[in-house]
Formats: sequence, C-alpha cells, structure tokens
Amino acid sequence: MRGMATARVAEPSGGSLQEVKEWGLDREDLLQIYRNMLITRGVEERGHILYRQGKIPGSFYTGRGNEASSVGVATAFGPDDVGTPLHRDMGVHITRGVEPWRIFAQYMGRQDGPTHGRDGNVHMADSQLGLIAMVSHLPAMLPVAVGAALAFRIREEKRVAVAWYGEGAAARGDAHEGMNFAGVRNLPVVFICDNNQWAYSTPTHLEYAVEHLADRAQAYGFDGVVVDGTDVLAVYREAKRAIEKAREGGGPTLIECQTLRMEGHAVHDDAFYVPKELFERWAERDPIERYRTWLREHADLTDEGEDEIAGYVKKLLNDSLQRADASPQPDPATLHEGVYATAADLDTPHHK
Amino acid sequence: MAELTYLQAISDGLRTEMRRDKRVFVLGEDVGVYGGAFKVTLGFQEEFGAWRVIDTPLSETAIVGGATGAAMMGLRPVAEMQFADFVSCAWDHLVTVAAKQRWRAGTPVPIVLRLPSGGGFSGGPFHSQNPESSFAHIPGLKCVCPATPEDAKGLIISAIEDPNPVLFFEHKHLYRRIKGEVPEERYTVPIGKARTHQEGDEITVVTWGAMVYTAEEAAKQVDASVEIIDLRTVMPWDKQAVLESVRKTSKVLVLHEDTRTGGFGAEIAATIAEEAFEDLDAPLKRITAPDTPVPFSPVLEKAYIPQVDDVVRGLKELIEY
Repeated sequence: MRGMATARVAEPSGGSLQEVKEWGLDREDLLQIYRNMLITRGVEERGHILYRQGKIPGSFYTGRGNEASSVGVATAFGPDDVGTPLHRDMGVHITRGVEPWRIFAQYMGRQDGPTHGRDGNVHMADSQLGLIAMVSHLPAMLPVAVGAALAFRIREEKRVAVAWYGEGAAARGDAHEGMNFAGVRNLPVVFICDNNQWAYSTPTHLEYAVEHLADRAQAYGFDGVVVDGTDVLAVYREAKRAIEKAREGGGPTLIECQTLRMEGHAVHDDAFYVPKELFERWAERDPIERYRTWLREHADLTDEGEDEIAGYVKKLLNDSLQRADASPQPDPATLHEGVYATAADLDTPHHK
Repeated sequence: MAELTYLQAISDGLRTEMRRDKRVFVLGEDVGVYGGAFKVTLGFQEEFGAWRVIDTPLSETAIVGGATGAAMMGLRPVAEMQFADFVSCAWDHLVTVAAKQRWRAGTPVPIVLRLPSGGGFSGGPFHSQNPESSFAHIPGLKCVCPATPEDAKGLIISAIEDPNPVLFFEHKHLYRRIKGEVPEERYTVPIGKARTHQEGDEITVVTWGAMVYTAEEAAKQVDASVEIIDLRTVMPWDKQAVLESVRKTSKVLVLHEDTRTGGFGAEIAATIAEEAFEDLDAPLKRITAPDTPVPFSPVLEKAYIPQVDDVVRGLKELIEY
C-alpha cells in the first residue's frame, strides 16, 4: 500500500458493563442491539429462502457480515437524525424501527412494501423514521446527506445526517464532491464507509492506493477513523463520538468500518474469486457470535436469556413472513400515480 | 408596473420569494460575493446572508445532490448552474435521485435548478446549449423556458412553489436584450400553460425561449396572418393550446433552438400527427438547429441557430403549399 496512514485506528471495545454505560448504553440497550442484529441477519436469511422459492423477482442482496456495523451506527443516532443506508445496511432499517413484514413485502414487490412494488430489495426507506431511500448509483446518497446536513446548518438545528457508502463507491466523484463540500462548510454529517473488501469481484488493491480509506478524511479537513466493523460496541462508540461532535458544531467525520462481505455481490454470485481462507478467517470474527460471547461474559446473558431472544426473533420473522405473503400485488392501474408530487405530499414533518 | 430586463425580472421573482419564504435559499458557483456569472443574484448575499446565498465549490454534483437533500429536509433550494451546459455533471442527481424519489419512495423533492442556456454570442460547444428536451424526457422533472420578463418573474415564483424538481431554462441572449413591463407585486404564471404571443389565423408557429422573437420578426416579413404560441413550459406542455391553434390555422411550423433529432419539436409534431392530422392542410414543418454541437465562430453559429430568414423561408413554403 502506498500513501501515509493518517486516520486514527480505533481500539477494540473490550470493556465492562460500567464502561459501556459511560458511552450511553444500559443493559436493555445492549440486549436490544443483540435483538436487532439477530433480526437483521434473520430477515436476510429468510429473504434467501423466499428467493429460492421464486417469490422475489429480480436479484437479492444481503449484508451478511455487516450486522455490527449497521446496527452499531444506527444505535448511535439521535431521534431527529437522518441517514441514507445502503444495501448492506439492513441493520439500520431494523434499528430505526422498520417492521420486518414491510421489508419482506418490499422484497416480493408487494403493495405493502415501502415502495409498493415500484422499487425492489433494499431500495426503500421510511422517511418518518429519518431515512432516505437509496439509489443504485453509488455513492449518490453522499451529496444528498450533505444537503440534509446543510439544511440543519441553515436552520441552526442540532441534527446530524449520516451517509453510507462502500469502499467500491469511494472511487466515484460524488464521494469527493460531497465530502469536500461538507468539509469546506464544516457541516453536521458523518460518513460511514462500509469497507467489505470487495466491489463485486474487485479487491481493494485495485480500488484505492492509500492504506485506509479513512485516510482521505484529512484531505477534506476532518477526522478519519478506522474501526473493526465486526465489533458492534466499538462501532457504536465511534459513531456516537462522531455524531455528537457533528451535533455540537465539530464538523464531519469519516468512519471506515472494516468487514468482509460474507456472501457474493448478490444472490447469483458465488464469490469464487474470494479466497476461501479469507472467508474462514472472517467467519471466526462473526459479528453476532462475537457480541453474543461479550454479552455472556459482561452482561449476564444466560442460556435462558438467549433462548428468549431467539424465540422472540423467530416468532417475529414467522409472523412477518406470513403477513407479507398476504400483502396484495400492486395494482397496475396505479402505475401512473405520483410521478409528480402535489402540494399535499409536502404535508410531512420535514416540510412543516 | 416597472420596466425590467428579463434578467432583472428573474432576480425580482427570486428576491420576492426569498423575502416571503425563509425556506428558500440559493446555492451555486459564484452566486454570493460575485452575484452569479450573469449577476442574477447580485446583492442577495448582503440582503439574505451567507447561509442563504451559498457559494459552493466547483461541484455540480454536490450542488444538485445537496439541494436534493436540503429539499427533503423541508427547505426550498434554488440551485444555479453557471451555464446550463454544466448540468451534465449533475445528471445523476437530477435524473436518478430527484426525478424518481417521489414516485418510488414517496419523497417529494421541491428544488429549482436555474440554467442559463442558449447561444448567440460565440459561447461555443460548452456555453450555448439548450438541453431542455433531454430533461423533458425524464418522468418526474418539469422544464420551464420563459421568453418574456413578465413570464420570467411569474414562472420563477411558480417553480419555487412547485413541489417537484423544476428546471428553469433562462435564455442568456434575452437577459439584457429584452425588456418589458413587470408587475411589482408577487404573482405566478402557471406551469403548463402556453401564451399566445401574437394572434393569427393562417399559420401557427409553436416555439419557446429566444425563438419567440425570431418567429415574431419572421412573421412581420410574410404576407400571412401568423399565430405564435409561446409554450413557456415544455414539460408539462400545453397540448390543448397547440391543438386549438392548429385546428384554427391548419398549418404549423415548430421552431426551436435545440438540435433537431429528438428535440422537443419532434414530440409536438408527433402529437399533432396523432391528434390533428385531419385538420392539417400542409405537412408540419420543423425549423431547428442542425444535429451538430454548437459552433464557436459567429459565421458558423449563425448557420447553426435558426435565423429570421430561415423562418421566413419556412413560412413561405407553408403559405405556398
């Protein structure tokens, strides 16, 4: 690798219940993080089954291996903060409170999905929960999040925008323009780079020539942090620091969450190009397994406690699948509706 | 009423909305201290402050993407492209994000993009284009192309009020050349309504932007009663006004400064062919720029932009048909 590393490499979470409390998490929060990670993985595993059953049209994308990163960052959000999660960030939707049955309906292109069958897979968001729906052109949502942060700055609101992108999308101009503008104006925005090491089949050494993508933050005049994206508490701690710093006028931060994409780019891709040893090595750092162990060691998670959470998640997913499957197909007669917004569409919390 | 140039009328409309509505703000390259490359926002930063008249880095993607994000949070951004030509750098944010967000995700994107467009002063291939048809083709976008100072003020206000992404094509050649009486109070001109620039009953000319004046000059030079329909907005466009005029005159010439193939005139021609074929007494005629980039040399540019003589020739052919 060329270039000089300038980003701070965050220390692992380690920690005790007391230490984590200082970061703002009590025991119930810790268990909620665990639930959210299990739901996140569960939604995507069930999605795979739906796909094999032929119930999901088009392709299907997951974020296996990214559960700690997505749930960790979303847990650090304030209630009025906004974000632009991508296709590896299901955990953000779950943590913000999107109901799994609506996600299954979205996967299947049904009427009750957030886009009512107009868009597929994770191209969705509930604006009432402060999320903005992604587009396929990555990292187009970076300038959009920067614009949200600009609105907060103009109105002098203590709100923060969080923008996601991947190490693949880091190569595109939108990332540069968005981060540069944010740096110049010291805007309340946090950039989260999901570095899962593969842009489809392209490895990192063909994507960038610095040691860490977070090193680029220095070029935009703000801090860069590298964090182990399989360590949910470390991700949470770094995201919380960055979000609160932005809220207090301290400007942007770029956090690079290092993970491995544990499946292919999409369901059709068997990822033959990823060395088997790499998968094996990262499987040992499975984010959910790591966190489960931590909870058992530090937060009195017992067999009974685990069973209770697993049972809750299983029932939630079963009920959700059933409810989604009962959702009707969209009505083709509605295709023309809503191409243009009406004044009534502006009657939302954001526009008041 | 006050006599304003086309440029002053745009400034007046924008200033009116910024005074009335705190959500409205301006962003773009050199729009603040410098007042914009063409001085449309001259004095705005003094009046509204540096956080409502925002000088951006040279970043069209961040300007339009940023406007989109700010609009989603409830503001009413008016973004300036220094020249309409540079909107190509922001294509993704207009077409991929802003245009589709309401339809697919239920999120309205009320932004206005000001686009100084058009040729006639040796701006060359990158400072002279009229890209309205490219955007009129995109479901979810609106395209506005005023020709008069009165419409420029009323339409910029309508564009800001509109809950959709609106592209406001302001013709550079009209900026200081065209003056007119403009009401001092706030008013709107509806998007999607054509204006009859001059009435006539023998030939209809359908046009917009600077070509309205080319048509007017040409009409003076022919011995026929020419009706000039100024579309004012090409998306949505006033199909009914065009069809009514065509049914009255039975002969029609479509005139635009943009290139020919796939230009918006083709859509108008196709609609007339579908819906008013029986009313026509002559084949529809299109006069447009040729399918080339916009040239730099005055001699070449004159050959490129439809001239009064070209329109006169077209009108005469229709008269004689």
